Amino acid sequence: MIRQDAKVILDIVDLHARVEDQTILNGVNLKVRAGEIHAVMGRNGSGKSTLSKIIAGHPAYDVTSGTIYFQGENLLAMEPEERARVGIFLGFQYPIEIPGVSNLEFLRVSTNARRTQLGLEELDTFEFEDLVNERIKLVQMDPIFLNRSVNEGFSGGEKKRNEILQMALLEPIVAILDETDSGLDIDALRIVSSGVNQLAKPNTATILITHYQRLLNEITPDYVHVMNAGRIIRTGGKKLALELEKSGYEWLDAEPGNQGGLNHG
Amino acid sequence: MNSENSVGELVSQPYKYGFVTDIETEKIEKGLNEEVVRLISSKKKEPDFLLQFRLKAFNQWKKMKEPIWANLGYPEIDYQDIIYYAAPKKIEKKESLEEVDPKLLETFDKLGIPLSEQKRLSNVAVDAVFDSVSIATTYKEKLAEYGVIFCSIGEAVNDYPELIERYIGSVVPSNDNFFAALNSAVFSDGSFVYIPKGIDCPMELSSYFRINSGDTGQFERTLIIAEEGASVSYLEGCTAPMFDTNTLHAAVVELVALDHASIKYSTVQNWYSGNEHGIGGIYNFVTKRGHCRGKKSKISWSQVETGSAITWKYPSCILQGEDSIGEFYSVALTNNQQKADTGTKMVHVGPRTRSTIVSKGISAGHSSNSYRGLVQIGSKALGARNYSQCDSMLIGDQAEAKTYPYIRSQQPQSNIEHEASTCRISEDQLFYLQSRGIGFEEAVSMMVSGFCRDVFNQLPMEFAAEADKLLALKLEGSVG
Repeated sequence: MIRQDAKVILDIVDLHARVEDQTILNGVNLKVRAGEIHAVMGRNGSGKSTLSKIIAGHPAYDVTSGTIYFQGENLLAMEPEERARVGIFLGFQYPIEIPGVSNLEFLRVSTNARRTQLGLEELDTFEFEDLVNERIKLVQMDPIFLNRSVNEGFSGGEKKRNEILQMALLEPIVAILDETDSGLDIDALRIVSSGVNQLAKPNTATILITHYQRLLNEITPDYVHVMNAGRIIRTGGKKLALELEKSGYEWLDAEPGNQGGLNHG
Repeated sequence: MNSENSVGELVSQPYKYGFVTDIETEKIEKGLNEEVVRLISSKKKEPDFLLQFRLKAFNQWKKMKEPIWANLGYPEIDYQDIIYYAAPKKIEKKESLEEVDPKLLETFDKLGIPLSEQKRLSNVAVDAVFDSVSIATTYKEKLAEYGVIFCSIGEAVNDYPELIERYIGSVVPSNDNFFAALNSAVFSDGSFVYIPKGIDCPMELSSYFRINSGDTGQFERTLIIAEEGASVSYLEGCTAPMFDTNTLHAAVVELVALDHASIKYSTVQNWYSGNEHGIGGIYNFVTKRGHCRGKKSKISWSQVETGSAITWKYPSCILQGEDSIGEFYSVALTNNQQKADTGTKMVHVGPRTRSTIVSKGISAGHSSNSYRGLVQIGSKALGARNYSQCDSMLIGDQAEAKTYPYIRSQQPQSNIEHEASTCRISEDQLFYLQSRGIGFEEAVSMMVSGFCRDVFNQLPMEFAAEADKLLALKLEGSVG
């Protein structure tokens, strides 16, 4: 939902970043207002996933210049856990397995960290079980997965549902979903998408990182951005995604204004 | 956000038991010779059989060589530069706690082991050993109602000489190895437990060993006997002050389980481990062995080893009685410059004997952590079974983990399984937890506890939570 008078909650300004010696982001600008859904598309290696990890604070990437403001604060000055507590959520493309750590306990500690930040009481084991049993319905996940180790032995689809369950518990302000559709069959895709749609609120925003149009049939974006060589080279509405679906990314190479990317020195 | 450094800082929490109690002690001059052995024995007013036991051990020790096969590497120990006996002066024989030096009670209070009637732990009987001497044992009278004997080994030598004479050295012979021989010659004090036939010991028994003097070796000796159908759960804890010299600790523990008896022996070892440059710390050379003498007897070792500069320790089970069971559950954490070479021996003698080994090694900093284990199936151990699992976790990229599993079977009709794994706490795992609002240190400690859970589940309830906390504390500042 686009409302020009809505507050900008995430503001990425001329962001440059690299990993080791390789430049990955080359001047990204993106403003996200409350209530909006953004889709970021692009080829493999265009920098989409990197952008999402940098917003969440992955230590492997160095931001060389530029800034990210989250609700007016300098997000880059915060540790990853602080970012999560103030309301940044990254849904992982490949959720990480953590053997030995109970999923339920992990979800509880994580939920309480966010609640503490919000000035809410921490939930004890029983209260938390009530909450998780309610939220788990949203993703139609079998509660048996609560008693396993975090993501260990989960199928691709179960891992993604677990991600959206975390999102439902943490109630972030900005949710970035990195290739949430990859590895999902059509039924799972619908369940996960419907979960995301239900969690979208007028005061929150969602950024979908995806290769494919099919996710955007389920979650309608307000803006579609195309990334190439570490920058956003084109922004449009939902139609842009359909265009991409039809003609691929080849045509982008010939576009004016797509100069100065990585491939061009 | 440099994750290597932060792991490093996380492990380097200051040692909170490093204080020294200022108390007058009586010591025998540094050095070891036959005269010193005789003096120790006479100070303790021991019967002749024990003096002979000590002298024989001393003579054997003189001919033995310090073992060098372990993956430890430490400077040569000068055995003549060690004090072999130190005792708080006002000790003598105490009839009640009121007579114990308040400074000593205060020391144990500070260590979280209150001894006085009002404050003592409600369900655990404690034998508190300070340097070479046991200063108090709680709940003795209550235990006596059940016929359970729980006292210092020094008292047991005088009060129950026939039990001591029958069992001492019967599981770990005095010439078993260099350090066991040294202990047999000069052992100071330790705990003695006797559970009579058919008795299920009504409370947890616990010994707390405190080294206080800097240049004094600690040589305690523990003997636990469970008669037919008896059972007991025993826990030992250890701490020492911070000195920048190394203190030698060479203990011997012997367990005997008769028919249908069961002994559970848990250790939380937190001797001072030296500073981050490897200066100071305890050299911990321990021989622990249990003898499942009776049929269907069971001996279970659980250990959480976090302290000491050097750890050399292989709690073992001789499974002689048919259908007897041996277990070894271990968490060994090393950080900074610590070195640990630890594991177990399961010697299957009787038919249908079973053993389980679960070892979790965590290495952080520049430390080195080795698992060394032997599973031996003798020719008569028809249908014997062993399951071993040895997992190592590396934190940072400077630490070392090694596994030396030895398997020898002379019985084709036996079943031995061995699983091993090595993992590292990865940056991605840490980031995943952090990206869910979980702080760095908590994330590491969650993963470490998760890694150790199989072992913690085996610890007595009261101590499982403590062990968890202890690991978190030891790791503080070690991850980055």
